[in-house]
Amino acid sequence: MADITAPAYRTIPIIPALIPGAMEGKGPFVASEKINEAIGFPGQLVEDWHDKAIAKMGELLSKYRSLKVFMDACVHCGACSDKCHYFIGTQDPKNMPVARQDLMRSVYRRYFTLPGKLFPKLVGARDLTREVLDEWFNYYHQCSECRRCSVFCPYGIDTAEVTMAAREILDSIGYGQKYSNEIIGKVHKIGNNLGLPGPALIDTLEGLEEDVKDATGIDVRFPIDVKGAEVLLITPSADFFAEPHIDSLIGYAKVFHASGTSWTLSSLASEAGNFGMFIGNYEQLRKIALRIREAALELGVKRIVVGECGHAWRVAYSFWNTLSGVGGGAGEVDKFAQMLQKQLDHRYKQPTHICEFTWDLIERNALTFDKSKNDKHIITFHDSCNVARGSRMGDLPGGQFEIPRNIIKAVANNFVEMAPNTTREQTFCCGGGGGVLTDDLLELRVKGALPRMEVLQQAVDEHGVNFMATICAICKAQFTKVLPIYGFDRKLVGGVHQLVSNAIQLGPK
Amino acid sequence: MASIVFAILFYVATLLLVVGLLYRINTYARTPSPLKIPTTPAPTTTGGVVLRMTREVVFFESLFKANLWTWGLSVMFHGSLVLVVMRHLRYFTDPVWAWVAFIQPFGMYAGITMLLGLCGLWGRRLFVERIRYISTPSDHLWLLLLIGIAVSGLLMKFVEHTDVIAVKGFFLGLMHLDVQVIPADLLLTVHLLLVVSLLVAFPFSKLLHAPGVFFSPTRNQADNPREKRHLSAWAAKLESEKN
Repeated sequence: MADITAPAYRTIPIIPALIPGAMEGKGPFVASEKINEAIGFPGQLVEDWHDKAIAKMGELLSKYRSLKVFMDACVHCGACSDKCHYFIGTQDPKNMPVARQDLMRSVYRRYFTLPGKLFPKLVGARDLTREVLDEWFNYYHQCSECRRCSVFCPYGIDTAEVTMAAREILDSIGYGQKYSNEIIGKVHKIGNNLGLPGPALIDTLEGLEEDVKDATGIDVRFPIDVKGAEVLLITPSADFFAEPHIDSLIGYAKVFHASGTSWTLSSLASEAGNFGMFIGNYEQLRKIALRIREAALELGVKRIVVGECGHAWRVAYSFWNTLSGVGGGAGEVDKFAQMLQKQLDHRYKQPTHICEFTWDLIERNALTFDKSKNDKHIITFHDSCNVARGSRMGDLPGGQFEIPRNIIKAVANNFVEMAPNTTREQTFCCGGGGGVLTDDLLELRVKGALPRMEVLQQAVDEHGVNFMATICAICKAQFTKVLPIYGFDRKLVGGVHQLVSNAIQLGPK
Repeated sequence: MASIVFAILFYVATLLLVVGLLYRINTYARTPSPLKIPTTPAPTTTGGVVLRMTREVVFFESLFKANLWTWGLSVMFHGSLVLVVMRHLRYFTDPVWAWVAFIQPFGMYAGITMLLGLCGLWGRRLFVERIRYISTPSDHLWLLLLIGIAVSGLLMKFVEHTDVIAVKGFFLGLMHLDVQVIPADLLLTVHLLLVVSLLVAFPFSKLLHAPGVFFSPTRNQADNPREKRHLSAWAAKLESEKN
């Protein structure tokens, strides 16, 4: 670990030369038998893995139009080839999105298309050998499913969909990744990704109440399992104790306090994250999402608000309605969804992002801020990939970019943007998303952070930026780890609601 | 004899193209999209999706964001191809439609820009390291095939004319199941054989990007998951099982 150093910045951000094999054999740990079996996957690589994998691929091709179309439509134009942060950072050609897809496409062509069956060499088709399988494991765990490539593809091919399918196939034959599968086991067994049991959670929240009381002299509550509360807050479990995450949790609580909103956390659903998405497994994705439904029904809440977490917001915004009925517009006969949707208050968006919640209050002048409290910060904003390219906030497309920025500008005086081709929909992944936030992939994470670090450095040099706000638990954890490796202070990263927390006035107006 | 062979080839190729494409399109249309995955920011309404798709198909919007060189060459090739194909309608209509007659001169020179675009795209494939890395032999062959079609066509137009009246007679005949004599002409033979190969291989190849783009969920879905519950048939089944 000590020998991992940051790659050099590119003086002009040119497209790097290829270094074939640069990241070969640098994939993550394989999941143990115990970890796999706990979530219903075969413990280890099954004997007939070849046939099982091909059969699974056929099944996925018939269940997901995305995969089917994406396997056929690519023309190898290369539009995506220089867009992946992992390619830029590692220079391994197999980390080019198109090449990553081709690891699977070559197998697809061999087993599912006529030219691939007849002339494999001609169309780049390959048998699924053990080497190919290992290559899948290696390189499909060097993708953070950030969707940046899909922005630039003329057919909208999203490598994330291919990565998810590959991981799903690997899991189905007992060749899963330790980090993601272990975490999914924890969320089922204990209720959250960090394995924080209920009593510890309650202790933590009580401690937080004391801390905030000491700091502000005001009784800000952190309620949990309160039946009949108006708002159920679903937030990443890192918010409960990791730095700087916890400062944003304090920010949410202060916003609820200042607006007089009754709210609660849930010990049953003490996790917004959903690693079921990372491994592309619909059943897991759904099962994890159903915990929120269950908690909402049990507590009888009217609104569901989601804390600062990128992939969780994509799952919540884009998938929850489908998976668990948290949303609106279910048909009359849709008993499953109606059961919950009748309970929710549809004057509000369901689910609501905490930034939407706070911005709405700010727009209605319901909150007071002392912006000078943030004057020590020169702030920039890092768009998190799943929020930017897989979700929305507010009523208009692009609200996911405007609303967090508007909040920052409402609570602080010094805000600057980073280079425009690295923000908003073109934002670079932090390097730790999509199930790679694990120390066994640290080299990948450090190298993958390169493009973001380059423009951050630029913002630091030009504007003196000393605070990079973001609304994703993974971004926060990843940057905390890699910033020092690039020579920055780890405290340079923080949450948007951390800034809200600094500036919000809680006393009587 | 050559006329009979060509007649059969064209009938078979057209049949394969049509059946193959319909089969593919049908497969795409019937394969469900269980989750909402538009690449955001995305339009929130169907009208917006139509606009987004139009921009994608007509102007190659995403490619424009990605790489100006590739975009320029692609627009040059595809735009020219459209003109060239429209120009060729004159061999299948009698009398020639007025608008086809009107674009005739543009169609002729589009053959040249099409060739230039193709050569540019091939040059990229040959000389840009990362594009060369991702290219399969078939990627090169497709470009060569298209270049062959363009070159043989241009030679007939500008250098060694063929008997276009007879060619037109042949194709009009084909459309009425009446095989006429086709000129025995090397360039024409090459041109038509290459076109037949293209038609046959289309539904089995990466040329499926043409119908595929319309079915791409990241581009054709409206961004409204909170407002409307999206549920595919196989996902709905999970709900009736339990929970």
